[in-house]
Amino acid sequence: MVTLEEARAVAAAVPDPELPMVTLGDLGILREVRHAPGGGIEVVITPTYSGCPAMDAIRDDLRRALPGAVVTTVLSPPWTTDWITEEGRGKLREHGISPPGRAAAVPVTLGVRCPQCGSPGTRLVSRYGSTACKAHYACSDCLEPFEHLKEL
Amino acid sequence: MIDALEIGDDCLVLSQRLAAQVTRAPTLEEDIALANLSLDLLGQARALLSRVGDEDELAYRRGPAEYRNCLLVEQPDADFAHTVVRHLLYSTFLHALYADHPDDDVAAKGIKELAYHRDYAGLWAVRLGRGTQESGRRMVAALAALWPYTGEIFAVRPETEERVGQVLRQAGLQAPHGVPQRDGGRRGEHTEHLTGLLDELQCLHREHLGARW
Repeated sequence: MVTLEEARAVAAAVPDPELPMVTLGDLGILREVRHAPGGGIEVVITPTYSGCPAMDAIRDDLRRALPGAVVTTVLSPPWTTDWITEEGRGKLREHGISPPGRAAAVPVTLGVRCPQCGSPGTRLVSRYGSTACKAHYACSDCLEPFEHLKEL
Repeated sequence: MIDALEIGDDCLVLSQRLAAQVTRAPTLEEDIALANLSLDLLGQARALLSRVGDEDELAYRRGPAEYRNCLLVEQPDADFAHTVVRHLLYSTFLHALYADHPDDDVAAKGIKELAYHRDYAGLWAVRLGRGTQESGRRMVAALAALWPYTGEIFAVRPETEERVGQVLRQAGLQAPHGVPQRDGGRRGEHTEHLTGLLDELQCLHREHLGARW
C-alpha cells in the first residue's frame, strides 16, 4: 500500500501528454492527492483550458501510474499559468517553448523572448498554436519560429 | 444562475459550426485558431450539459425542436466575415454573462477564454472592416445577415450591443439599426440551418448506436 506522499510523488512525475518535457506537477494541473471516501487514493486534477483534449489521456496515465486510483476533475479555482513551477518554465525554455510571463489582472502585452537566441525582438504570427495553450511567434533576429505558452 | 441547457446548447452548436471550418479556413493559422475556439466551447458545453443530464444523450439524441440554443449560433458560415461577426457577437455576450456569475465554476474558468475569443474576433473585425473594399463589403453583408438574430442575446445582456458597437466603430463599420428581430431559439423554434448541423453532428451516433471512442 503506497502512502499519500508516495502517491503524490508518482502522480506529480507523470509527464503531460502534449508537453512531455514537463510533468503534471510542473504544470500545476495536479491539484491534490488524498484518501478516497471509499478507501484507496483519489487524484484531483484541473484542466488548463475548458476543452483541453489531453484530459482523457492524463486520466488514463494517472490510473496506469497509480493502479486503482480514482481521478477527479475540478474546474475551481481556475488554473492559471502562474501555477507552472520555475522548474517547469526552465524545461519549457530548454525545449524551445517560450514560457508564459506572470498573468496580469489587466491584459497587457509584454515582450516575448526567443527561447533559441534570447532576443526580445519577436513577433506574433498567430494567437493560436498547435494546442489551445500556445501562440505562434517568430524571432526577428535568428528567424526561428517558436511557440509561446500564453499567459492565462 | 446560468441556464445550463440554453448556454450549453449555444456552446455545443457554435463549437460544431467552428469545427466544420477545419481544413476550410482561409489560412492555416485561422484554421488552427477556429479549431481552438471550438475546443474551448466544446469543453464548456460538456460541463454545462452534464449538469442537466447525460452529455451524450443530450448532444446526440435530441432533435432540433428540443435544442434551446439562440438562433445566432446556428447561422451558417457563408464566408469568413460571417464567422467573425457571429463570433464577435456571441463571445461578447457570453463574456458578459460569465462576468456576472463569478461563483459558477464553468463561468469562472471560461471567462478568460472568452476574453481571448472576443479579442480574436474584434481584431479580425477591424482588419476586415478597414481592409480592402471587398473585405469591407463582406463585413457589411455579414452584419446585415446576422443582425436579425441579435435580439435574443441583447435582451439578456444589453451591454453586448454597446461593446460590439465600439469594436465596429474602430473597424469603420456601423451596427445596423431598426432591424426586425427573429427569436424562438430558446423555445425550440429554430431556423432551418440547425437541422443540417445536427444531421452532421449526430450521423455517426445514429448509424452506430452507442458508438464510443
